[in-house]
Amino acid sequence: MTTTALTGHFDATKVPEAKKPNAGFDWGRLIRYGLLLLFLVIVLIPVYVLLVTSFKGVGDADPSRAWLPPQEWTLENWKVALLGSKSGEYGKIFPVLPALGRTLAMVVPAAIISSFLGSMNGFVLARWRFPYANVVFTLILFGMFIPYQAVMVPLYKIMIQMQSNWGLPSGIPTLALLHIIYGIPITTLIFRNYYQSVPQELMEASRVDGAGMIRTYVSVVLPISIPSFVVVLIWQFTSAWNDFLFASFFGGNAETQAPVTVTLNAIAHGSMMTNYGVSMAAALLASVPTLVVYIFLGKYFVGGLMSGSVKG
Amino acid sequence: MTRIKRYVPPILLISPSLVLVGIFVYYLIFGSVQLSTTDTHSFPQFAGTVPHENVGIDNFVELLRSKDFQHSLKNLLLYTAIFITGTMFFGFLWAWLLDRRSRAEGVFRSLYLFPMAVSSVAAGVVWRWLLNANQGKDASGLNRLFQATGLGFLENGWTTSVSFGIAAIAMPAIWQMSGYVMALFLAGFRGIPGELREAARMDGAKEWQIYRHVLFPQLSPVALSALIILGHMSLKVFDLIVSVTDYRFYPTKAPAVDMANYMNTGDYANAAAVGVILLLVILVLIVPYLIHTAREDRK
Repeated sequence: MTTTALTGHFDATKVPEAKKPNAGFDWGRLIRYGLLLLFLVIVLIPVYVLLVTSFKGVGDADPSRAWLPPQEWTLENWKVALLGSKSGEYGKIFPVLPALGRTLAMVVPAAIISSFLGSMNGFVLARWRFPYANVVFTLILFGMFIPYQAVMVPLYKIMIQMQSNWGLPSGIPTLALLHIIYGIPITTLIFRNYYQSVPQELMEASRVDGAGMIRTYVSVVLPISIPSFVVVLIWQFTSAWNDFLFASFFGGNAETQAPVTVTLNAIAHGSMMTNYGVSMAAALLASVPTLVVYIFLGKYFVGGLMSGSVKG
Repeated sequence: MTRIKRYVPPILLISPSLVLVGIFVYYLIFGSVQLSTTDTHSFPQFAGTVPHENVGIDNFVELLRSKDFQHSLKNLLLYTAIFITGTMFFGFLWAWLLDRRSRAEGVFRSLYLFPMAVSSVAAGVVWRWLLNANQGKDASGLNRLFQATGLGFLENGWTTSVSFGIAAIAMPAIWQMSGYVMALFLAGFRGIPGELREAARMDGAKEWQIYRHVLFPQLSPVALSALIILGHMSLKVFDLIVSVTDYRFYPTKAPAVDMANYMNTGDYANAAAVGVILLLVILVLIVPYLIHTAREDRK
């Protein structure tokens, strides 16, 4: 199908090892490592800046100390970022801690529900097929390639209607719903491709036994789906966590309602001059969950982004 | 009869998703197209309390004629060119450097790739600092680093330049996505059978000839996918611009930012028109590619 090029060929999780070159002292090798280290330093520069600035106090405000470590390390920026500040020295700063909680409450149900929807769709499209299943798959998949800007204005209208007519709460619940809906194409794609790689006989056997679709799905398909669930959950978690486009339109109040990307942007673009110490502490705090996922489940993360990067 | 009976359960199972995609993708695209051909330039018209009229393609014509939107399109073009060139260059270079089995390859790979796990908003916070326009005595950020490392001639106003400010926004984007392109190319390199290289070597091919005639042709499908994915991403650039500069910062604006501004000021017809323009550009990019891969797969 149309998507193997985005999924099948480049599974970086299964990279076979290349052969080790032999020889004595190898100048090419030295240059290669030198370059690799140089690029590593460049890539890590923003991390250094984030960390160092987040621990700086007022005494380090002079531009001449911009790249130097703090004269006196302080946790004040972190405290203010986490708990916010009403006024005084730091001015008005929204707290990140409740925003982290709200984002978690949005991302976890959204990731779980869209994974199950994707798994059911993928199963039906790959192994319990019906006429025109391929057409249906293509129609669903198209939702992955559209820029969300192309639906945003009427979406705004119907979400307002759903909020006022059906009592859908604005902010987190609205956003969770959107992440579920717009997650359907990518989750369906990943599961369908996975189930298609599973031997047909496995499910046929169950079918011959007279098991119905639901029973086959629950007792045969679900148990073998764990690896795909991990990939899809991580993908959905990360992309919903990092989303700013939907959040900026549907997040509501940056202090009390919105997910952390909106709160962070409001902190960094506060009315007063940007307080970089607090902003950078807040940026680090907002990145902790996705970085933790990346560090511990990195290879699944790569698996997801190989297939999901054209989304919305 | 039994055949039809067999088809009912799967169709039932998939129908909630189909209905949702039908409404939230197809119906809403239709809604955008419809809205973009009206004069809905105010909230009461949007809400339906004040009538609106059809104006055909007037909104599109006016948008494309306005200096303001042309600036956004020019910015988008420049951003896309720099972003794609940069990510492809570094992505390929890193993959090539790592290809020949390096010690600690995993560490390099993970660290090159990690910026992708960071949100553009968080990345924007630190890049805003790095791209500080102050120069000379007041310089911080990269300008200060240039002074300290004897590269003072590189000091510049970064995002503040009306002509090239958007190029500065491409830097954090390159920082975020090069690792991804590296992962694509690395998987591509490793997908090439070792015997192919060996055979070429046996035939007396020089190292660069092996790259030129054996490896590059094998990598071209990877490069094509990378180009499509990056192009697709680049056309929607929004988060980074808003977080590094701002919604209303003229030098760095782009169509997706215009759309947000139109929406926030109640000009829904123009917001929808910008959305439709972005959709058309992406379709022009992606449909030929999908047809191409579908053909390749059938072979």
